[in-house]
Amino acid sequence: MLEIRNLHVAIEDGSKKILNGLDLTIHNGEVAAIMGPNGSGKSTLSYVIAGKPDYEILDGEILLDGENLLDMEPDARAAAGVFLAFQYPLEIPGVATMTFLKAAMNAQSRARGEGELKTPDFMRRVKMGADKLGIPQEMLRRGLNVGFSGGEKKRMEILQMALLEPSIAILDETDSGLDIDALKIVSEGVNALRSADRSFLVITHYQRLLNYIVPDTVHVMSKGRIVKTGGKALALELEANGYADYVSNVAA
Amino acid sequence: MPITSRTLRREDPLMASVTPLKTAAELALIAQGASVPALRQPAFERFATAGLPHRRIEAYHYTDLRALLKDAPPLAKAGAVVSGASLWDGLDAFVVAIIDGHATWAQSDELVGISINLKSDAPDDGLAADSVFPTEGDPIVALNAAFVDQTLHLAVAGGAVIDKPIHLRCVTTGAVSAYGRVVVEIADGAKLTLVETHEGAKGGLANSVVEVVVGDDVHFDHVRVNLADPQATLLTTLGGRMGARSTVTSGNFVTGSALSRHQVFLRFEGEGSNATISGASLLKDRQHVDTTLVVDHAVPECVSREHFAHVLDGEATGVFQGKIIVRPHAQQTDGKMMSRAVLLADGATMNNKPELEIFADDVQCGHGATVGALDDDLLFYLRARGLPKPEAEALMLQAFVGEALEMIPQEGVRETLEALTETWLKARG
Repeated sequence: MLEIRNLHVAIEDGSKKILNGLDLTIHNGEVAAIMGPNGSGKSTLSYVIAGKPDYEILDGEILLDGENLLDMEPDARAAAGVFLAFQYPLEIPGVATMTFLKAAMNAQSRARGEGELKTPDFMRRVKMGADKLGIPQEMLRRGLNVGFSGGEKKRMEILQMALLEPSIAILDETDSGLDIDALKIVSEGVNALRSADRSFLVITHYQRLLNYIVPDTVHVMSKGRIVKTGGKALALELEANGYADYVSNVAA
Repeated sequence: MPITSRTLRREDPLMASVTPLKTAAELALIAQGASVPALRQPAFERFATAGLPHRRIEAYHYTDLRALLKDAPPLAKAGAVVSGASLWDGLDAFVVAIIDGHATWAQSDELVGISINLKSDAPDDGLAADSVFPTEGDPIVALNAAFVDQTLHLAVAGGAVIDKPIHLRCVTTGAVSAYGRVVVEIADGAKLTLVETHEGAKGGLANSVVEVVVGDDVHFDHVRVNLADPQATLLTTLGGRMGARSTVTSGNFVTGSALSRHQVFLRFEGEGSNATISGASLLKDRQHVDTTLVVDHAVPECVSREHFAHVLDGEATGVFQGKIIVRPHAQQTDGKMMSRAVLLADGATMNNKPELEIFADDVQCGHGATVGALDDDLLFYLRARGLPKPEAEALMLQAFVGEALEMIPQEGVRETLEALTETWLKARG
């Protein structure tokens, strides 16, 4: 279970406050969607959960199964079960995708006190995961994300998620830059990973993604807070009416 | 009235005509010059007149040998032996040991197509018309020409393909000055791989010069590896000229020595040739490492690629000076030079001096130089996947160094250098 309580966050030099007392709880097995206008703090929330160092935490806590993530380094959070699928996955020339995947999986195993994967087991798991997402073997030999299209990069993020088996997966605008076919492949990949002990936080601008990844709860974010919570019908309402009601509510 | 050193400082315009004080290293070198035989006296005299190069000499602006070289240890004597394996165990090569500048090798049936001899003639000091060194003279080459006892000649016969690399294992055995000179002649159509490794001892000064004359249709691969003691000084020079349709690669790898300078002077003299020159330096503490490169396109239609990577930690200083010259008739020249540096600590310094001197009008030439820290966003991406910070940094640095190592064609050599990179990164912690 992920519990965020009264989270106040500014960008590092303290000049601009982005999250203003955000509260959010995601239960095990729950798929929660966060929607909101540009600049409402959605991506910041995802980075702060994952531990990006560019932010100053002014107040509040983020608990994953009772442990405060804010006390942990980004790699320790990953080993504890946090996974962030990046909106813009980074390219790492010179590091073969396979090398990177193995380093990441082994680092997390070590951090949890488990043994490292045997190479044949690793290869089998990567091949199975890649096949499901339509990722050719040739891509795995290339530098990580180097020369990949937008859709290929997003599929690679989902492959990493499948291999790392997080307990809370955050998808930061995973639908951006995807055509409808790629959106289906990525959504199927996510749906295949839904389980009773894994939660998802799906961040998106548009309701469209939620046709494919059907959420249990929908939260509207504005000016750094959750201003409305509802079921999946709320997403449809937002699609029809826009965010104007919620934005002005907060302003008033 | 006694003259204080302050009144003799060269910066003082009123005293500009006063002969500067000799440094301890210069005085030691001049004393050693008494033993230089007559045929090498001219080279020595030129050194003695000019002294060690300093920051007002443009080519030594960032590596002021007058300030950096504290002393010149006594000249090495012949006959020292080295026990123990080379640091380069994995390489299947024909080994020529150059111990304190003196070469020894085993007689072998394997040496088909290549002859190895020692000579004691006066070496090229840059003054000969066909010299591979800068005609204005280079002080490191002049010092080498003054003090070498012998020249090792490797001659590869026309059309000979030497499959096994020749490994010049250069060792300085103690706090001595060692001067080594190697002349390599590769006749038309031949193929040779030459690997130089340098193991310098604490307090030792090694000055090693390799001259290469490459014929037409030759394939020559060269690697220089500096694994010298962290308190050694290592000055190395590769001078070469190339005939037509030949391919030359030269890779340089540095983790060793307190003070080091590697110079490459390469001249294209035949059309249709190409050269790839690369380097990777991993430096820490107070190491000062200089790579100086002059690629001279004297004829049309040649291609050169240069890529250098520096990783600088602690208070280390890196210097890269790279110059591509394109002579007036060298049309269709294609030259690209890149120098990239990563600074891992606030105290680290990188000096980049890329230069293009182009006198022809139909050429493609470019250069780039970057200096920066590791990319924070990339680092976060790797850490968000579970890699602890040192491991994430090591992976990024390995990729960074790998870009330069990739240009070395021999897989075995490359893998060894990759392993040395990993060892360096692990030691960093």
